[in-house]
Amino acid sequence: MTATTLTESGTIRTKEICRHYTMGTSVIRAVDGISFSVQEGEFIALLGSSGSGKSSLLNLIAGLDRPTSGDVQVDGRSLAELSSEELARYRRHSVGIVFQAFNLVPSMTVAENVELPLRLAETERRERASRVREALDRVGLSQRLAHRPGELSGGEQQRVALARALVNSPRILLADEPTGNLDSHTGMEIMELIGDCNRRLGMTVLLVTHERALAERHAGRLLFLADGRLVGDQPIPPRPSESGEGQ
Amino acid sequence: MKTPDLVELAARNLRESVLRNSLTTLGIGVGVASLVAMLSLGVGLQQFATRRLERTGLFDTVIVSRRDFGGFAARGRAAAAADNNRALDEKARREISSLPGVLEAVPDLRMMTQMRFDDKPHRAMVAALPMSAHDREAFENIQGTFFSSSNAAEAIVQKRFAEELLGRAPSPGETSNPSAPAPALQPLLGKELVVYYAERVPAANLPNAKPGTPGSSPAPSPPSKASAAPAPANGPDAGADTLLSAFSVVPHTRSLRIVGIVEDDPDTLRGLGRARVFIPLDFAQGLQIMLPSDLRDSGGLADRAYTQVSVRVRTSRDVPGVEDSIRRMGFNVFSVLDASRNLQRFFTVLDTFLGIFGSLALAVASLGIINTLVMAILERRREIGILKALGASDTDVKKLFFAEAGAMGIVGGVLGVTLGWMIGKVINAGTNIYLHQQNLPSETFWSVPWWLVLGALGFSLAVSLVSGLYPAARAAQLDPVKALRYE
Repeated sequence: MTATTLTESGTIRTKEICRHYTMGTSVIRAVDGISFSVQEGEFIALLGSSGSGKSSLLNLIAGLDRPTSGDVQVDGRSLAELSSEELARYRRHSVGIVFQAFNLVPSMTVAENVELPLRLAETERRERASRVREALDRVGLSQRLAHRPGELSGGEQQRVALARALVNSPRILLADEPTGNLDSHTGMEIMELIGDCNRRLGMTVLLVTHERALAERHAGRLLFLADGRLVGDQPIPPRPSESGEGQ
Repeated sequence: MKTPDLVELAARNLRESVLRNSLTTLGIGVGVASLVAMLSLGVGLQQFATRRLERTGLFDTVIVSRRDFGGFAARGRAAAAADNNRALDEKARREISSLPGVLEAVPDLRMMTQMRFDDKPHRAMVAALPMSAHDREAFENIQGTFFSSSNAAEAIVQKRFAEELLGRAPSPGETSNPSAPAPALQPLLGKELVVYYAERVPAANLPNAKPGTPGSSPAPSPPSKASAAPAPANGPDAGADTLLSAFSVVPHTRSLRIVGIVEDDPDTLRGLGRARVFIPLDFAQGLQIMLPSDLRDSGGLADRAYTQVSVRVRTSRDVPGVEDSIRRMGFNVFSVLDASRNLQRFFTVLDTFLGIFGSLALAVASLGIINTLVMAILERRREIGILKALGASDTDVKKLFFAEAGAMGIVGGVLGVTLGWMIGKVINAGTNIYLHQQNLPSETFWSVPWWLVLGALGFSLAVSLVSGLYPAARAAQLDPVKALRYE
């Protein structure tokens, strides 16, 4: 399997996917038989209270975790069938992930953090600088190349994390509560950037959040989770003011 | 991930915990230094011993004799039975000289004879020495000088014989203490020693007897003159050659100037046939001394035969090849190479033990690497999770930890080799200060050859990589989801 075949469109399909954890004698059903499909270029928001299984579901789609049962298919290819090395290649080329806690490497500069996926993808050194600058330009941080994460605000750190997720041009962007550690204004800015990736780049976006207003503002469809189960699937009608954007 | 990126990331990670990693690297350095110090001592001692032994002239010498000469080996006697007794004559000596690896083939000219010194008779074995013998260890502390030329009528006497000449010999049964101070033998230098010898004179020259070599004179006594003819030579011309090879034995005397006195025995391979007086080889050949082999093998004065020929080879490594070639020529050979082989075996065992003891410190240092890397996994758990989330494979993570272990191994190896070399220098200098205080010459007991430097670096790298196996495997197996949750 090559990265190209996986990133042809960015469609996702889950089939009765389960992720159960055993703690002592009890079994925790973090994800319990969820099935849904995401079309190429869709913006999906996963909503639910804490412990509803949103992040666990996202980890399964990201290839960071393997399901207990069921399957996740991306562009028709089952992630369960991929080896550990193939899953790593899938994460490297097909998905970009943004975390609530930013997860930047504190000892590296902004540019080095953004360059990290390019190193892993064995991109030529001379090409990297321009791609890093391009990604940071997109999030408005091209002036902070040499700063370390500790010298940046939370919003700036999340922008760096977003630039890092975009630098390998994935077809799918997975965002796990990207505004959870930010104030509302900064959170809005980050959401605008993510929405922009969906509209302008045509990326498929899966956003995990528990802020319904934020989800309704940016997503095209809301999936509601409770106790590891999918309890609602609600499309959001196109907003008249944004319907023509990015087309 | 490409190798340069891997190295860059590994170096960055090592710099992050600079103190801990430096201490671990220092530990490896001390381990390697211990290994290098131990092995360089072993190597240095081996080289020292080999150097000393080579200077005795034993290990680069092959003694050649006729197959029917019963001196050395039963093999020779067995071969004699096969009627394969090639004469060890001048032609054979020249043939041996031209063999690859041979520096010189010196005929063994020696005779047990009478001498006079201060009008007192003495009896001793006289042997001829080539000028190349000057480099032998025995002549290191010579009193007086070596021969001025290969044709000089000069003699070097062995210390015990010198004492005898001066009337200071220990009484029979008394053992002399070799470490006791040498008696003042200097008065002997420059004095004349008269040697009686038997000269071979061709039968054709008789009765007008050849006057002998310049400076020689017929011996006053005994006046007896013996004629001898060797056994008929093989071949169709044997009858014609008989007259040419017939010779008479004429007693002569010759005055020799004593120029040197040697303490050690330069003739150690001879056993009971050891000489106590030495004269230059060309001078000895000019004397046409009657040899025991002359009665049997002589092909005439032009092609005389020898009992033995001493063959000096370039290095002791050439000995086996030269021995084989000479054996194929039909002669017996003898060398002390077997003793040298035993010596090499001894030093191999010594080096192995020293290497094991030296490696113990490196083994302890390898535990330090494991500890450091396991600590790094705990500290960088989240970072490993990030790398995996961004697409790093298990192999990438494993390689990263290997690179860190390898970098510590290489830096520690370089540090250790330098440290080991310095320790060696210091100990060698200290030993030489002690030797100097004991009025002994300086010596080199320490050697760090290139193979040891490269071997130590390679060993350090290998130990570090092996130490990195467990931490690297553990880091690679980290669950990214759990690692990302780690605070």
